[in-house]
Amino acid sequence: MTETKTAALEFRNIDILFDRSGRRGAIEAALARLDAGETREEIGRALKVTVGVAGANLAVARGEISVLMGLSGSGKSTLLRAANRLNRPVRGEVRIGNGSAWLDIARCDDETLRELRKTRIAMVFQQFGLLPWRSVRDNVGFGLELRGMAPSIRREIVEEKLALVGLSNWADAQVHELSGGMQQRVGLARAFATDADILLMDEPFSALDPLIRRKLQDELMDLQKRLKKTILFVSHDIDEALKIGSRITIMREGRIIQTGTPDDIALRPVNDYVAEFIRHMNPLPTILASTFMRRFHDLPLRADGMIDGGNIAIGPDARAVRIGDQERVATAHHEWVRGAVCIVPVGMSLGEVIAVRQRSGFPVLVEDEGRLIGLCDDADILQALSGEARHG
Amino acid sequence: MMAPEHWIAGHKIPIGTAMAAVIDVIRHYGMGVFDAISDVVGACADGLTTVLLDVPPLLVVAAAVAGAWFLRRSWGLVALIALGLLFIINQGYWNETMATLSLILFSTLCCMAIGVPLGVATAHRPRLAMVLHPILDLMQTLPTFVYLIPTLILFGLGTVPGMISTIIFAVPAPIRMTQMGIARVPRALIEAGEAFGATERQILWKIELPAALPMIQAGLTQCIMLSLSMVVIAALVGAGGLGVPVVRALNTVQVDVGFESGFVIVLLAIMLDRLCRSKDSAS
Repeated sequence: MTETKTAALEFRNIDILFDRSGRRGAIEAALARLDAGETREEIGRALKVTVGVAGANLAVARGEISVLMGLSGSGKSTLLRAANRLNRPVRGEVRIGNGSAWLDIARCDDETLRELRKTRIAMVFQQFGLLPWRSVRDNVGFGLELRGMAPSIRREIVEEKLALVGLSNWADAQVHELSGGMQQRVGLARAFATDADILLMDEPFSALDPLIRRKLQDELMDLQKRLKKTILFVSHDIDEALKIGSRITIMREGRIIQTGTPDDIALRPVNDYVAEFIRHMNPLPTILASTFMRRFHDLPLRADGMIDGGNIAIGPDARAVRIGDQERVATAHHEWVRGAVCIVPVGMSLGEVIAVRQRSGFPVLVEDEGRLIGLCDDADILQALSGEARHG
Repeated sequence: MMAPEHWIAGHKIPIGTAMAAVIDVIRHYGMGVFDAISDVVGACADGLTTVLLDVPPLLVVAAAVAGAWFLRRSWGLVALIALGLLFIINQGYWNETMATLSLILFSTLCCMAIGVPLGVATAHRPRLAMVLHPILDLMQTLPTFVYLIPTLILFGLGTVPGMISTIIFAVPAPIRMTQMGIARVPRALIEAGEAFGATERQILWKIELPAALPMIQAGLTQCIMLSLSMVVIAALVGAGGLGVPVVRALNTVQVDVGFESGFVIVLLAIMLDRLCRSKDSAS
């Protein structure tokens, strides 16, 4: 669990319901049924009330990227939009640290809400949400303009943020002259321009083609290293979530079913639903050697005192290894010479391990801070690729 | 024993008398107001006509050509305006054209001043739209001559009743177009405004109105065309302009005068339409 002290944003027991019936008291009736344990479908059918989010609890720590994951209709966007009250929770608190006190976004007055939206919480939209009749510059300065900032000061900040996203040369272009990826960079710059410490990103890269999407993900992570914003990010793409998220929250039918680090989600799914998600991820960049190697202390010893790794044996002086009855040297993978066994760090991804394995032709040894701790042979790699549940 | 249809006819529901009574009451208690409106509107419209007529015609042509170039940057349009206005001078309808032009400009101004705010209000308040829609339908379908009579009573003979009738006939266009334009602003844009802390007023001025501008512009063009189609009817109640020769031609069966003034009206319509059309639809 994240400690509430370091949380920049916290959802507490959030219920978000939408009344489609127009009848008075429909929401209250729906809440009563929800508390009685009825499902979303039952409530929807009986009362024409849509349960967007039910009983959601989530703390977003300062400076982390927290990803909300789920299929469409899982309530992930609905929950995100509660953070700046584009959707107003029917019950529960959305707490944001404000100086030394907490502020409840779900219940604060409109004036306070506008102030928060202007200065603390910015948003990036899936379809960019840019104003097509304005130039790039005027789009980026939009939030500052709403604040009533003088044009000369505004201009300076806008130039700075445009440089940040690499669009300095496009300041006077019209939005429609830009490609999708560039438009979303304008969206990012607009969000950065208000210097909000919390960023809400509602599937910001989903509308982009895969190549551009990956590029923008990398750029976002680079920027995040410098800017250290608190980011709540909605995605339906497990690879994206595992790549950029420091914490991932899986949602289904309006409820949170698991929150944890990417490793928690990938290695310790709480149920079949989460496991199913993981099965569809691309394991090559996301799974690390630490999670699929076999550890030496789990392996038997041979009669001659070497660790028995099947067709490879590792001596007590670990730099000497034996394959079959031939003595081999082990070297770091970047110093590899023909005939040597490679050593890789625990943090290496599955894809890279496979490449190293292919080059040397031998099983790969894994080291952690200079100490050899395990090995990966073909069977381990295949198991990791097949997505079979691995030991923790 | 009376036949049933006689009985039905014998108990006439007094709609006509009721409306007459309403107009009477309005006239009785509101005459001061209507006189004031009549004076102000009349003075403005006639003032504009006088100004347009005081300037030498060729200077007006030059100004119109320069304005057209400034607005559209199109040689074709400049040529159309120049030739069109010269043709009007040639036909001897300059004074009537200027009177009609000031009538149209002034009533369009009034229509936009009423129509755009009302359109915005109806787009934001569905209930108001429900009330207003049948009234707008009524204003556009009720034969013009019917409300010409009460406007005549209330405002007297002259330019003003013509202009009021024109406004009643043309104002639904900008109301509807503005409403449609505002209602069609993508939800995502409004949410973008909200997410960055815009007030309702800021959303209206910085998002809704700019997004609806093409529709509002289309409403303006429609409004001008509808006003132009009222010139002959306005002439019947004593407004000056191009309608006067048409009415005179009708009364005296003068085919030549009828066609001349008709062509001038059409020419004016084409010029105004090309001038007001938004760039996108013109290309």
